[in-house]
Amino acid sequence: MSFTLNHLKSLESEAIYVIREAAAQFQNPAILFSGGKDSIAVTYLARKAFYPAPIPFPLLHIDTGNNFQETLDYRDKLVSKLDVRLIVASVQDSINQHRVTEEKGYNASRIRLQTTTLLDAIEKYKFDCCLGGARRDEEKARAKERFFSHRDEFGQWDPKNQRPELWNLFNGRMNVGENFRVFPISNWTELDVWQYMGMEKIELPSLYFSHRRRVFERDGVLLAESPFIPMKPNEVVEEQTVRFRTIGDITSTGATFSEASTVDEIINEVAATRVTERGGRADDKRSETSMEDRKKEGYF
Amino acid sequence: MTQGIFDSNSYMNMELLRFTTAGSVDDGKSTLIGRLLYDSKSIFEDQYENIKATSERRGENFVNLALLTDGLRAEREQGITIDVAYRYFSTPKRKFIIADTPGHIQYTRNMVTGASTANLAIILIDARNGVVEQTRRHSLIASLLGIQHLAVCINKMDLVDYSKEVFDNIVRDYREFASRLQAKDIQFIPISALNGDNVVSRSNNMPWFEGVTLLYLLETVYIAGDINHIDARFPVQYVIRPYNDEFHDYRGYAGRLSSGVLRPGDKVSILPSGFTTNIKAIEFDGKQLTEAYAPMSVTVLLEDDIDISRGDMIVRENNQPHISQDLEVMVCWMGDKPLQKNGKYAIKHTTKDARCVVKDIKYKLDISTLHRITDNPEINMNDIGRITVRTTAPLLYDAYTKNRETGAFIMIDEGTNVTVGACIILD
Ligand SMILES: Nc1nc2c(ncn2[C@@H]2O[C@H](COP(=O)(O)OP(=O)(O)OP(=O)(O)O)[C@@H](O)[C@H]2O)c(=O)[nH]1
Ligand SMILES: [Mg+2]
Repeated sequence: MSFTLNHLKSLESEAIYVIREAAAQFQNPAILFSGGKDSIAVTYLARKAFYPAPIPFPLLHIDTGNNFQETLDYRDKLVSKLDVRLIVASVQDSINQHRVTEEKGYNASRIRLQTTTLLDAIEKYKFDCCLGGARRDEEKARAKERFFSHRDEFGQWDPKNQRPELWNLFNGRMNVGENFRVFPISNWTELDVWQYMGMEKIELPSLYFSHRRRVFERDGVLLAESPFIPMKPNEVVEEQTVRFRTIGDITSTGATFSEASTVDEIINEVAATRVTERGGRADDKRSETSMEDRKKEGYF
Repeated sequence: MTQGIFDSNSYMNMELLRFTTAGSVDDGKSTLIGRLLYDSKSIFEDQYENIKATSERRGENFVNLALLTDGLRAEREQGITIDVAYRYFSTPKRKFIIADTPGHIQYTRNMVTGASTANLAIILIDARNGVVEQTRRHSLIASLLGIQHLAVCINKMDLVDYSKEVFDNIVRDYREFASRLQAKDIQFIPISALNGDNVVSRSNNMPWFEGVTLLYLLETVYIAGDINHIDARFPVQYVIRPYNDEFHDYRGYAGRLSSGVLRPGDKVSILPSGFTTNIKAIEFDGKQLTEAYAPMSVTVLLEDDIDISRGDMIVRENNQPHISQDLEVMVCWMGDKPLQKNGKYAIKHTTKDARCVVKDIKYKLDISTLHRITDNPEINMNDIGRITVRTTAPLLYDAYTKNRETGAFIMIDEGTNVTVGACIILD
């Protein structure tokens, strides 16, 4: 008899351990839910962690307003299926209340504005911990993140001065006004997430699978035609067979050409791909350290 | 599952190896990780383009592979690693989690962070400098942390004409030092991280070397024996009470096995109370399991209603951990302020929170000689020493050498809430 867990089971066990630890150490956690596969994975893992009790935290969606309709439909279905509470904090409200100013121009994006909306929601609902689906393999600043990541009273991450994180002993102690971000699937790769979705037969938003869509190219990124993205005169929209590798705000989520229409086909595609999933994200292309800079301000 | 270019089934059955890098600043740890990723074709095109552009902008005349892990602005400015970067890759044999840690003494705490969960440590040594104090400190920490396998890579062989003599001398020096460490499995490899010699493919420049490449070692090192499957230890992490009609009397103890195996029907003791009962069921996600073993996260249901909360431990009646408030500990100190004799600290041990007072500082280690300094030792940041603590509540523990989970705890400064000590329980 061999007592070994394969790597996917090890990662699942680790993630559930982290989620339960968050439930035990904090008074009022929330799951940051974007509608993407990673936050879906975290939500399903939370379901397993506490079954047969319901997930003991609400889902918090920081809504830029620039959504794919498919994402919203999926979100609402999931919320009723899992019987969790959904809190939507909207960037549009932050704009209306003059908390932030909308960017202008062709490449205007609400990605950075989300930070203010998020921090305001944390304050309003008194969340002391937000569970997120960020993975270390996604991006070079995220590669540096702890499972339990401390945020000061301004929501800031201090990458040069993170707490040691030893063994599986997570230190969630903090002063009032501070909070934590907790990342249960830190050690998962994109391929792991897909393998897991396949193994668990989890239903996903249709955007992840190959479909026909009207798209155009901008700065090497394939964007969906949408009322939220003003087009430049020389840009040409064409219908193509595509899918999305990440799902976020419509203005910054790039599509990829793909025929993969099942989870197995996606697994094969991801295993063979030569570009990272965030290679298609306009928000990361703004500067060399755009993710680090955003995270320091309090971004996800 | 369909079999495409990629074999899903073999991927599903892969073993996970966690390894860390260690060694002095600039010995080439990050470059080595970059090389390993590059030569095993685990770097994506956009990542490569990105570091290539950055290297060119910085006026470097080759693509600096260290930039793959040195991703923070401050790291790139200073050309050093500050905090651990985690990277992932897999070969047909294994899946790897890499923790690339900093060599600079100021960031030793981050090296400890990366090493605390590793099965194997790659210790880098610059062939021009040989074994230096940071090599010894990191080797000592890796050994104390119970890392069983050390791959000592003598790097920058290109700068010493691939000399066998240089390699042999360093191996001799290191062996002499390492004879006083606990790690048993130590292998030596001469490499050039910059050019890739003996990293993924064998070097033509060092035909005198008869050992294996680093990647081969990582793929084949035997780690299944590293987990303790004898002593069943289940620290209760969270109590699940659904409070609904369907599961009205449900009371599940959620947690992750630190070690050992549990099965339904097992006679168990609940510590510290000492009550005994039987395991009624072990569940995961609503499914009944016939056994659970480390490191599985499960939910345990018991025959009897006993008052159990987070921090308690479920163990077999005939195989119990030690229970005591007085502990002998090796501490790796990370606080800005020195460890205070008679000082009080918060601690976290398994799922239990408590406090402790430092009763005695017995000695600190001279990192170069491993001699004990007993004359009024002051334990400062990055020091390693032996202390005695008394805890506010009894801890349920095993010696760290037997159990990396129940044998470890952390000390937290109650004023700043920062983790200041990594503690290894002696016995
Ligand atoms: N000639 C030569 N130079 C190397 C080799 N490996 C690394 N270097 C150089 O050594 C310098 C330091 O390399 P890094 O990989 O950043 O060193 P490190 O050990 O990660 O440093 P810290 O993380 O800051 O402790 C860089 O300039 C590398 O290009 C090698 O095999 N040969
Ligand atoms: Mg480095």
